[in-house]
Amino acid sequence: MTGRPRIAVVTFPGSNDDRDALDALEQLGATAVPVWHGDERLPDVAAVILPGGFSYGDYLRCGAIARFSPAMKAIAEFAAGGGLVLGICNGFQILCEAGLLPGALRPNASLSFLCRDVGLRVERVDTPFTARCEPGQHLSIPIKHGEGCWFVDAALLAELESRRQIVLRYEQNPNGSVSDVAGVCNESGNVMGLMPHPEHAVDPLLGSTDGALILRALIAAAREASPTLASAAV
Amino acid sequence: MRATVLVRPKPGILDPQGQAVESSLRELGFSVGDARVGRVVDLEVEARDPASARAEVERMCEQLLTNPLIESYEIELPS
Repeated sequence: MTGRPRIAVVTFPGSNDDRDALDALEQLGATAVPVWHGDERLPDVAAVILPGGFSYGDYLRCGAIARFSPAMKAIAEFAAGGGLVLGICNGFQILCEAGLLPGALRPNASLSFLCRDVGLRVERVDTPFTARCEPGQHLSIPIKHGEGCWFVDAALLAELESRRQIVLRYEQNPNGSVSDVAGVCNESGNVMGLMPHPEHAVDPLLGSTDGALILRALIAAAREASPTLASAAV
Repeated sequence: MRATVLVRPKPGILDPQGQAVESSLRELGFSVGDARVGRVVDLEVEARDPASARAEVERMCEQLLTNPLIESYEIELPS
């Protein structure tokens, strides 16, 4: 545990969880680097978080406009090179629209905006985001979304299952998501999106610290991916 | 040239908006079923002829106006 890896949090017009993500990262041992969506280049960082919110007012479809932000091109290149990218809520929606993650997010089956803690089951622990969890571990992390109903067709779901890309499932499905999916990763496992908000569950005062398991895993993986920090740790 | 794009949730996709509209219509006494709610985009397209306008609008649909995973589209142009 030496050195604070640098992790970017990208602010889009309409992001509203960017500051919570920055605070959570700092609190858990990273150097959080704010990035504006209009920046064409990423600063020197070892991981990127796309935070929650309502980028571009959710116009057209959630995340559909934000995916054309200049920063997204740099993030797609960063991800293609194996860079760690975590999309939370609106960030997950943006990654799906950008084609960096499979699926699309539709209005909740109930049409209600949902804001409460949900139980999650960790389906996979060999990812940079869940390495600090136990297989099948129960996590309590809040959701707050109107469009969290993740959809893929049956054929794509079967492919994703066989490649073990489903990382988190709801214990009780709140939004109609296909196969209770709460979080998925890309094929190589360096990009993950989830609807629950780990950055809102890092302080006991807020009821749960389970979100810290995910963010600490990301920070540890980012530290490993930082050449100067990794060599300093040896 | 004026173009209209009709965007629909694909068959089989859960459409809670359609369901809510349908149940409200039933409460008003209408006998309706299978209501689906989509989106209409009206556009002014610069194009030489309807064929090139259609090709242009198709590209717009593929790149931005629709998400092919969950939505289908239909393009209407003046005949």
